[in-house]
Amino acid sequence: MKSLRKLMDRVKPAFYGGKLSSFRSVYDGFDTFLFTPHYTAGVNGVHVHDSMDSKRTMTIVIIALLPCFFFGMYNTGYQHWLAAGETVFPFWELMLYGFLAILPMVLTTYIVGLGIEFISAQLRHEEIQEGFLVTGIILPMILPIETPIWMVAVATAFAVIFAKEVFGGTGYNIVNVALVARAFLFFAYPAKMSGDKVFVATEQILGVGPKVADGFTCATPLGQIATASGGDFTVTGIDQHAISASDAFWGLIPGSFGETSVFCILIGAAILLLTRIGSWRIMLSVVAGGLAMGWISNLCETPTYPGSYLNPVDQLMFGGFAFAAVFMATDPVTAARTNTGKYIYGFLIGVVAVLIRTYNTGYPEGAMLAVLLMNVFAPLIDWCVVQANVRRRMRRLTNVENQLDAVEDNKEAKEGE
Amino acid sequence: MELKIKKGLDLPIAGVVTDDAPKAVPVQRVAVVPDDFPGFVPKVDVREGDAVRAGQALMHNKGCESVKLVSPVSGTIAAVVRGERRKVLRIEIEVSGNDAAEYRLPADADGAAVAEVLAESGLLAMMRQRPYDIVPNPADRPRDIFVTAFDSAPLAVSHKFTAEQAATMALAVKQLRKLTSGNVYISRRNSADCPDVDGAVMVNVDGPHPAGLAGVQIANIRPVNKGEKVWTLSAYTLLNIGNLSRTGKIDFSTDVAVTGPEVENPFVARTVMGAAVAPLLSGHLKPADHHRRIIAGNVLTGVKVDMDGFLHFPYTQVTVIADGDDVDEFMGWASLSPKKMSVNPSYPGSWLHRLFRPDARTLGGRRAMIMSGEYDKYVPMDILPEYLIKAVQSGNIDAMERLGMYEVAPEDFALAEYADSSKQPLQQMIRQGLDYLRKEVE
Repeated sequence: MKSLRKLMDRVKPAFYGGKLSSFRSVYDGFDTFLFTPHYTAGVNGVHVHDSMDSKRTMTIVIIALLPCFFFGMYNTGYQHWLAAGETVFPFWELMLYGFLAILPMVLTTYIVGLGIEFISAQLRHEEIQEGFLVTGIILPMILPIETPIWMVAVATAFAVIFAKEVFGGTGYNIVNVALVARAFLFFAYPAKMSGDKVFVATEQILGVGPKVADGFTCATPLGQIATASGGDFTVTGIDQHAISASDAFWGLIPGSFGETSVFCILIGAAILLLTRIGSWRIMLSVVAGGLAMGWISNLCETPTYPGSYLNPVDQLMFGGFAFAAVFMATDPVTAARTNTGKYIYGFLIGVVAVLIRTYNTGYPEGAMLAVLLMNVFAPLIDWCVVQANVRRRMRRLTNVENQLDAVEDNKEAKEGE
Repeated sequence: MELKIKKGLDLPIAGVVTDDAPKAVPVQRVAVVPDDFPGFVPKVDVREGDAVRAGQALMHNKGCESVKLVSPVSGTIAAVVRGERRKVLRIEIEVSGNDAAEYRLPADADGAAVAEVLAESGLLAMMRQRPYDIVPNPADRPRDIFVTAFDSAPLAVSHKFTAEQAATMALAVKQLRKLTSGNVYISRRNSADCPDVDGAVMVNVDGPHPAGLAGVQIANIRPVNKGEKVWTLSAYTLLNIGNLSRTGKIDFSTDVAVTGPEVENPFVARTVMGAAVAPLLSGHLKPADHHRRIIAGNVLTGVKVDMDGFLHFPYTQVTVIADGDDVDEFMGWASLSPKKMSVNPSYPGSWLHRLFRPDARTLGGRRAMIMSGEYDKYVPMDILPEYLIKAVQSGNIDAMERLGMYEVAPEDFALAEYADSSKQPLQQMIRQGLDYLRKEVE
């Protein structure tokens, strides 16, 4: 490590005042990544700091996402093999196919997103912020695998600039950056973002994978439900076998890259909860909200809204609900920040997500819109909670004033006598 | 009265004092630092070369002339050290002789006389007023007075008070009760550490740091409201008020806990308030070839000083830790070393009951507030720390008032500052917020 440190020290002058000054933020980014910075506490104030920092926080979130990511690679391959009508599924080939399918998207988000982060850090004379490390991996995971790369690039740039940097960067954004990117694509290019052509990779990649027949289509379970008519329907996979809630739990079904396996999402949830990075209050209340709304809609099941035939537990298994509950709703910057607020915020996300997917057949999945909506309402929820604290303080003050008045009155009464 | 504090944290730092029998350390030079006394705007009353007695005024407060900072020793003024724009940094005194100034604080003095004597003798400067965490004005009459008789800060040593000292404190309580229509509260761990003091409400406090902070106790006993004033002081100052009314003199000696992972056999030194640090440390530091940080005070609220520096108010502790500015740690943020101190379970050290040897690095760059609820766990008051900090950052006076700015002092946010993964200087922010609020409101 000494030689690496020496190398970094040797090139430093070039970035600080030298020829490469306009890349100073890049140097800082790498330097603080490789070596714990030398800054020490000031003369006054706390002299020791906790070892936890923003880099570790973000890294833990990425680690929590990895089970879903690896499963997404396998599942992408698996769905492709299924679509080609194969019956043998070679593990490593499937993984390789999935890797090759997702790699361009991940590279695109990181190159575009981190590029913008480096530029804005340079302009603001600040350190690089780590927030995008998570956004950059989460975004490909919530997109259909067939999303064109140029669209990913446009959406990333749009979201990072207009949802984050204009507000001041990581920690100041109002809505979740990855979800803004996804919503941008969803509304700007609806044909490419939903329907029955985008959730399964159909092309061979660098010669890997079997050939799939032209014109192949397969919708996600929720997509099938949204377009079903009447109450009598079965959700089927590519090979026409019925998809049960347990299939959805393990995750070998069509869907966005990282969201299909509830099992892997639960592993991620465990990592986030054990390290106290994700809020259990939010996760719990999102699930409670989803169950509550799922139960209500299931009580009033009607053929007009086929989604209402799903029982509450199925609502949690299908689509992006679980992924949103664990990884999206818990983004600390855009979620409610008070403890009471977190319960309300989470519960409403659960309710709205199921409400949209059940009663708006135009949108087969409501989790994304629910989180975005509640992101916007989170400050209001917090405001109400904060007001309760303020009211307590004001009441104390009025009590004191009343007592003082009473004392004054007594004095006056005595003097009057 | 019993008080149980649940939130908080006792930092597991190595270098605990095991033998608390004080060892006398001779004193040659002391310094009085006006910056230790917030709200005190110094005007110097002495010149270099002047002879001073112990207890004689060195400076008075420009805003309130009767409030003095006094010399803790008898001797000659060695230097009046000034910084930029002639700001008084400290007054250094070379110790010689044994002269002491006397003050008369008779048992039958009225409230105004008591306040005046406290101000003139420098004891008032050792007290603090909430709101604003400043030196009190002797013309004010506080709602209540809170005395802390134990220290819960990391590595601090809590003094055990004797029955005789409790009797002296009772004299002081009698005097202080003339200043307030409310109560004089004395907080202690239990009655073994501090016997009951006549005239005061004894509060037994249980719980981790910051249970020993006056602000936390006030907030849980009777919070400060807008327009109210509360005074706080330590039991040592209370004892000195008692000494003053009994003998007319102040006892400026103090027991200083010399602590921290860099100290060989941490011990308690008996010395004088404001004494030079070097004699306390010489021969007691572990041999090392890395940089060290000497902290006058504890690791949370102390002041960084050099080897030729001096003790700072409240003159009860010195902590020595590694500085860390000479450490190259490869990818420290990814470390799984059990030697890293953290409250986060992702560090194996947090699972082990062990003592740590932290250095002074911030261990990460400063960021905007990202994680939520980090501060709440360490501020056991009915306050929403994040929102108060945001109100301070935006300079919103109305919001600061409504969110409880009158109830807090910087030290109340020290643990939150320790745990903050965004590495924000919370204590400094609160100090600036209090000064700003005071300027605008008064």
